Amino acid sequence: MGGMTALPTRRDEAWRYADLAAVARVWPVAAPEVVVVAAGTTLTRDILQDAADGAVGIVQLDVTVEAGARLEMTVLNCGGTYGRIALDVTLGRGAHFGLGGVILGRAEQTLEIVTTVRHAEPNATSHQTIRTVLDDTATGSFLGKVAVARDAQKSDAVQSVKALLLSRGATANAKPELEIFADDVKCAHGATVGELNANALFYLASRGVGPVEAQALLTEAFIADALTGNDAFAARAVGWLRRTL
Amino acid sequence: MLTITDLHATVDGKAILNGLSLTVAAGEVHAIMGPNGAGKSTLSYVLAGRAGYAVTGGTVTLDGTDLLALDAHERAAAGLFLGLQYPVEIPGVSNLTFLRTALNAQRRARGEAEASGAEFMKLVRIEADGFGLSMDMLKRPVNVGFSGGEKKRNEMVQMAVLAPKLAVLDETDSGLDIDALRVVSEGINRLRSPTTATLLITHYQRLLDYVVPTRVHVLVGGRIVRSGGPELALELEQAGYQDIAA
Repeated sequence: MGGMTALPTRRDEAWRYADLAAVARVWPVAAPEVVVVAAGTTLTRDILQDAADGAVGIVQLDVTVEAGARLEMTVLNCGGTYGRIALDVTLGRGAHFGLGGVILGRAEQTLEIVTTVRHAEPNATSHQTIRTVLDDTATGSFLGKVAVARDAQKSDAVQSVKALLLSRGATANAKPELEIFADDVKCAHGATVGELNANALFYLASRGVGPVEAQALLTEAFIADALTGNDAFAARAVGWLRRTL
Repeated sequence: MLTITDLHATVDGKAILNGLSLTVAAGEVHAIMGPNGAGKSTLSYVLAGRAGYAVTGGTVTLDGTDLLALDAHERAAAGLFLGLQYPVEIPGVSNLTFLRTALNAQRRARGEAEASGAEFMKLVRIEADGFGLSMDMLKRPVNVGFSGGEKKRNEMVQMAVLAPKLAVLDETDSGLDIDALRVVSEGINRLRSPTTATLLITHYQRLLDYVVPTRVHVLVGGRIVRSGGPELALELEQAGYQDIAA
């Protein structure tokens, strides 16, 4: 990710679902922003990728979370013809990385969240919750690599990845990847792709709630897990849903 | 109140209702009983307007309104309530949000003012108390982790808050222990009024020990084959559906 100067190709694992034509228009992009969360401190960081229609938005961060430090991050990827949020996070001893990530895509957008979380030392934890909502012919992808170093015993890494397709023409990709060299670790990941529950929609209708409001309610509930505590992003997501549904 | 005339309906191209006619007047409680596969649940879904249930003939009116011309949510606003046999769980949406959204959607559709937060909470609190459902439970996601009995109590709270003209209760008594059955029965009785009507769809006579119906109908093969007073339910209990249908 960092330091790459040649235009990525389909063979680059982290770019396999990217809109490479759009990437070419803005290449080379700025080097990733470097963030260090100092030992024992806590940082909360929100990232909004909301490029204008037709534009390309690429946000890249190289993050080090030092021993005993905590990084709580919420990212919302919703703008541009191609939007990418790429996070390369290295965790020190006992560090924590919490990520809530939401992709909201419609029309022909291609939107991605790409994370590499390196458990470099023992006792670190990472919890990633990713929710993707796609309409029309949009493509939304999450590529999440968790690398646990040989000495990083007692690592605890969780990925929860869910996508909701509002239209049959939309495409969701979920690619969790675990690379584990320690033997005493807990790594869990689950990925689902689905549509709104027809029984729940009927239940709401039978109580008088119209189809648009019912879809909005269920979709808001779907992304809520990833936006806990971030009212600004939640409000933005609700606005997006109102305009989309 | 409810007038069903020669109703025919299919599911997946298979005829399930075959000329069902029924009239329920305001103030009445009618019970529809029948064996498995008679079309009981199909009738409730057809009345509520669920997708996948195709009406191929006949008419249904509620207080003169052509129900079949309305979408499911419009039927609810017109005063129809369907109590489900298996209430749905909705993770991430609290019971209170669900119910307030429903109440206000119905009020908007009828051109009425929406309920304020305070007005809504007062309404819910009274009904939750009445049906033995704590406010804590109502703050939890819709039906998630609720026992069978709690789900049915929740249906009754919803029904009481939404105050329909006509309640269609599909096997509301199934899966209930005797305490829950009593609570649900009290709820149905409490909602009886000269201006409302109830259609109880049930396999067993048990519920009718607590809710005395005005009329009892036997549904077999998608048609009502016999109607009578409350005593018909007892007769069914003893003789079974086979003899009655014959």
